[in-house]
Amino acid sequence: MSKTVLTVDDSDSILKSIAFTLEPEGYTVVTAENGQVGHQKVQGQRFDLIITDLNMPVMNGFEFIRATRGEANGQGVPIVMLTTESKPEAKAEGKAAGATGWLNKPFDPAKLIGVVQKLIR
Amino acid sequence: MTNPAIEAFVQEANDILETLEDQLLELEGSSDPAQVDAVFRALHTIKGSGSMFGFTRLSQFTHHFETAFDLIREGKLAIDGKLIDLSLKARDTMRRFVDLGGDNAEADQLSEAAEVKNLVAALQSLTNVTSAPETTEEGASQAGAASEIAVFDIWFKPAADDLRNGLRPDLLLGELEDLGDVTHRLDLTAVPSLEKLEPLQCYAAWAVTLTGATTEEAIKDVFIFADDSELEITKHEPPVAASEPELTTKTVAADKGKSNKTTAPIRVDSGRLDEVMDRLGELVIAQARLNQVTTRLADPMLEAVTEDIERLLTGLRDTTLSIRMMPIETVFGKFRRVVRDLSAELNKDIKLVTKGGETEIDKNVIDKLSEPLVHMIRNAIDHGVETREGRIEANKPEHGTVILSANQEGGEVLISLEDDGRGLNTEAIRARAIERGLLDANATPTEQELHQFIFAPGFSTAKELTSISGRGVGMDAVKTTVDSLRGNFKVHSQPGQGTKVTLHLPVSLAIIDGMLVRLGSDVFVIPLSAVQECVELDTLETNRESGRSMLRIRETLVPFLDLVDVFNYPESKDTRRRVVIVRAGNAPLGLIVDDILGQNQTVIKALSVYHRDVEGFAGATILGDGTVALIIDTAIMIRRALQQAKAQEAPSKYVAAGGH
Repeated sequence: MSKTVLTVDDSDSILKSIAFTLEPEGYTVVTAENGQVGHQKVQGQRFDLIITDLNMPVMNGFEFIRATRGEANGQGVPIVMLTTESKPEAKAEGKAAGATGWLNKPFDPAKLIGVVQKLIR
Repeated sequence: MTNPAIEAFVQEANDILETLEDQLLELEGSSDPAQVDAVFRALHTIKGSGSMFGFTRLSQFTHHFETAFDLIREGKLAIDGKLIDLSLKARDTMRRFVDLGGDNAEADQLSEAAEVKNLVAALQSLTNVTSAPETTEEGASQAGAASEIAVFDIWFKPAADDLRNGLRPDLLLGELEDLGDVTHRLDLTAVPSLEKLEPLQCYAAWAVTLTGATTEEAIKDVFIFADDSELEITKHEPPVAASEPELTTKTVAADKGKSNKTTAPIRVDSGRLDEVMDRLGELVIAQARLNQVTTRLADPMLEAVTEDIERLLTGLRDTTLSIRMMPIETVFGKFRRVVRDLSAELNKDIKLVTKGGETEIDKNVIDKLSEPLVHMIRNAIDHGVETREGRIEANKPEHGTVILSANQEGGEVLISLEDDGRGLNTEAIRARAIERGLLDANATPTEQELHQFIFAPGFSTAKELTSISGRGVGMDAVKTTVDSLRGNFKVHSQPGQGTKVTLHLPVSLAIIDGMLVRLGSDVFVIPLSAVQECVELDTLETNRESGRSMLRIRETLVPFLDLVDVFNYPESKDTRRRVVIVRAGNAPLGLIVDDILGQNQTVIKALSVYHRDVEGFAGATILGDGTVALIIDTAIMIRRALQQAKAQEAPSKYVAAGGH
């Protein structure tokens, strides 16, 4: 069964590039353009992994992570923050919200695949 | 441009820059925080995506722009006309970078152009930051490549919340295995007692020893997401010969292990092996007691030690048992001679083929097995395989083949003897069984059931039967021996094609896995190898209408014995009793017990001389709390049930055997 990854980002090119990177590896990629849309998708389906941006309109990444962890479908799912934000406080806030890890933008496709494989196998 | 991702980026960047212009112009009049946020996000996106799609120059330039808006966002910088001017210029420059289509000579030129440099300087003077954009992590992981083999001790304890947050320690440990040879030990000392345990929290820790050509950085990289967990990495010198004392002892020990394989075996008096086995048995019993105490005290520290001891003991048991193991080839060898002599005597041409001689089995089993196997081979050659003429007539190869094979399946060793003779004559067996009163004349037993009669006592002396066809010389003696080894038979025969008898034997005799059951207030053990399944009694339908006591289990009727009746216990007060379905050969039997208590490693102790003749018990064992439990002999129970069934079927002929 193919694993399904939810990516949440307001940048269409980031969403596309994640899809271009992961789909050839056999993952199914579902996209959401902000935290609110992402949260709705989490309510409807259990994902194997969630990759989220932090800076997004409507609902930002931290709120999205907190909302996701509050859902039954969001328990125990690895959530990776994909962000240019490299401040330790941002990481700490993300972790406190319930994120599993983070990945810096720009990302190297090979590294992204590595991280995804590290979290779901 | 062929790359759709780059196309998507350019499209997106252009859209963003279009909007950005409007946003900046709007900001000139009012410093709406939402608008500032939107600008910041726009810049942030272009910076982030830019370098990913080969627009590094754009990304570097945008960084300064973004920093300014980050400060505005935090209220550290005020918006004024000058700033908007600067921003609009910066926005135009970004546009030029995008139009250049990525990192190329022109983009390099542009970033070095005086106007762009001035712009950057102006932005920097606003933000007071002179640092270059942060470097990506790529550099770090390449540091310390080409490393030598080293040993790392890694201590890893995930943070309490890690499991909830989707961290998978198993995957991390698996990833360490990519870096070198790994041994890990699970540390459960922090696990509290059950009532204090918070199920979603992680209490476990791992101590890992990693040997490989890797670096501390690479190991840290593995745990990059587990940054709030405890992680200690200690590097040791590579285990070169004669380096540090502790390491050398390790290598010496390893060498010992290796050389053991090449050294000659030593002869040990088998009595001493029995002694070791006895002691080990005592140890297993003491361990059971320790388990019980540990469960009662519920002390996590003690639990960890108990678990360690249990693991070590299981290893010790397996090793000790393996010392007593001998390849079955040692008995197989004897049979070549038997086959050769017999075929000469009977003027038959018979080839013996042995397979799986390397299969190992307890020495005691081998010693006891030799005689029954000779019996079986004699039978096969004498009654199974036809004479040379008979074979030619039956269109078979002139020489008969007897195949003796052994293989191990789980805790059982299967030994089978197969011949290509005439097969069992079921009609003759049937006739004989009726004659001997073992079978009702009107009964319609299956082929399999008929085959079982060759093991019935008395069949062996029936010369007139053996002269007609079937076998029977001493098969009951064979069965008795196999029963005493807690084994059983399967017979498969096809008329004209041959017969195959398969013996199922336990690998070891001294220690077995047992199922603890309760009758009244006493505990009994049923060998787990004989147990097929357990069911609750009240879900079953007892069917006494046919005259036989049967349980309906799914679609089949299974005969049963109520052990309370068998052992003369007062009638059970338990309302939810259970049935343990045991099997021997093809005959299943339900044993009704008051309750099933669990499993344990059972050390079999022989019954004393006074009790040895009591039927129905394979021995006794001592439980963890020191009480003695009798081990139920399932083969005898099945025989008893068959007798009982017969008594019920033909009450006129037999006095009701009951079961007492």
